[in-house]
Amino acid sequence: MAYRDEKLDEEKVFKDPVHRYVHVRDRVIWDLIGTREFQRLRRVKQLGTTYLTFHGAEHSRFSHSLGVYEIVRRILENFRDHKDWNEDERLLSLCAALLHDLGHGPFSHSFEKAFRLDHEDYTQSILLGDTEVNRVLSGVEEGFPKKVADVINKTYQDKLVVSLISSQIDADRMDYLQRDAYFTGVSYGHFDMERILRVMRPLEDQVAIKESGMHAVEDYIMSRYQMYWQIYFHPVTRSAEVILSKILKRAKDLYKNGYEFELKPVHFFSFFEEAPSLEEYLDLDENVVMYYFQMWIKEKDPILSDLCERFVNRRLFKYIEFNPNLQMNAWRELYDLFEEAGVDPRFYLEVDSSSDLPYDFYRPGEEGERLPIHLLQPDGGLKELSRLSEIVESISGKKRTDHKLYFPADTIEQISDEKAKQRIKGILYGREEQ
Amino acid sequence: MLEKHARLMHFFNSCEEVVGRKRLQKMIFIMKKCGVPFEEKYEFHFYGPYSEELTLRIEEMCNLGFISEAMEEKRNYYQYRYNLTDSGHDFLEHADIERPELGGYISAMNEKSSRFLELVSTMLFFEHLPKEEIEEKVYTVKSRQNYKQEELEEAWAFIRELRPVS
Repeated sequence: MAYRDEKLDEEKVFKDPVHRYVHVRDRVIWDLIGTREFQRLRRVKQLGTTYLTFHGAEHSRFSHSLGVYEIVRRILENFRDHKDWNEDERLLSLCAALLHDLGHGPFSHSFEKAFRLDHEDYTQSILLGDTEVNRVLSGVEEGFPKKVADVINKTYQDKLVVSLISSQIDADRMDYLQRDAYFTGVSYGHFDMERILRVMRPLEDQVAIKESGMHAVEDYIMSRYQMYWQIYFHPVTRSAEVILSKILKRAKDLYKNGYEFELKPVHFFSFFEEAPSLEEYLDLDENVVMYYFQMWIKEKDPILSDLCERFVNRRLFKYIEFNPNLQMNAWRELYDLFEEAGVDPRFYLEVDSSSDLPYDFYRPGEEGERLPIHLLQPDGGLKELSRLSEIVESISGKKRTDHKLYFPADTIEQISDEKAKQRIKGILYGREEQ
Repeated sequence: MLEKHARLMHFFNSCEEVVGRKRLQKMIFIMKKCGVPFEEKYEFHFYGPYSEELTLRIEEMCNLGFISEAMEEKRNYYQYRYNLTDSGHDFLEHADIERPELGGYISAMNEKSSRFLELVSTMLFFEHLPKEEIEEKVYTVKSRQNYKQEELEEAWAFIRELRPVS
């Protein structure tokens, strides 16, 4: 029997808190899970710094990846024998679902910004390079790793396959919303996924939802909207992200300026040069990063030491709502006052915006760029979701954006120049103490 | 503060006005591929390189009053027109950012249609591939656009011409 068709003698199951069980029968999938590149995902948290706000959010990209695989597996069971579904694409879809996040690094988003990296490039490199994953995929057929890479890159010819893991209502989002809700402990991320899976219909180049399933989709969109503001954009999590970014910036600046580290950051050197090889990239997981942060608390550089201590011991920056247009002068004055007081504003003052986040909420199509969610009418026609759902229309039309100013309130209290301190507090809190 | 926004404001300042969201998306992507330090992350969406970050950042700048967005109704769709406002000019004046010369890129791209810029940006998205594979990709992912070989040749020439522009 060809490797692509090989089944395990006995089905393997992973106990999963979101989907109850993740079922594996294909030998290829089982082998992929066992690769070192996939196992590495156990050491990368799904929600980065969110655990500092919601202590339960310690789940990994490993469990999310298994979850996305499981959802696609269930979708495809429903698609079997449907005229628009090509069963030959089954294994490809399952592999792409399982491996879609393979290139995520530690605290992915902050690392990407600090070192100008793109995890998607690393996903491609892992799939196509000299790796265990590539060897497993190559065993399926020649060119199979490239096909998986194309699906994940959203450039595969069969758009229906792409849309299973990457569209406005895909297995990726359906898993992370439920998983993140479960592990953060909030109640807003829940929706009736079983119902959505039952009303999904494969069309030539997309997945549509039967109109009768509209209310289940409304719930999903609401959940996405609420999770965005309540979890992903939580201001305390953002504070931790700001500090994390500042640590990486400080360490990189020190390295570039020839600073002698007590603990040489050998794992970071290639990142500081913005060109880590695949092997170097894979070697740096969150355990390694946290080790350095803990050790850097003892560094001589007071800024690096202080920022790491804040991150490790959760001594986060405080924040206020901030309008960069109306408060432009306040920003300039604060920046100068911080400098005069000896608190380096490059590392201790930051405006953080909602656009700095890797999450989005539902938008109807945009001039042919983003495919919206389409509802399948009884006559076979398609209608965009927000045209039929007033609930979705009301939230997808809103352009809600947000900016916050982050600063170290405890450090400000220690400023010895009383006049400067009071002026800073006056700007930040709108009051000056006598 | 808001350096990434300020870089985009520098772009709006350099071109006075941008008409069309798709055009805006493609222009920023093409310049990014030419080495202009825009940091918006692009992914391949159904019909080409698209940046959700850029969309959100534009919304933020509109909400803050740094750029204005006017919606015009066309026959089958809405078209958006963007301008830098006085507040935007003021913010940009004080922003501590690099200000690369963008005039050459902008005037070259302004002479081209959105359809053409879509083709160029798609080719640049696949530029790590050999030329034949890039063209094959264009025909696969852009099958609905029915690009002709002459258009691809024109796009190659345009990319060669654009890259040395500084």
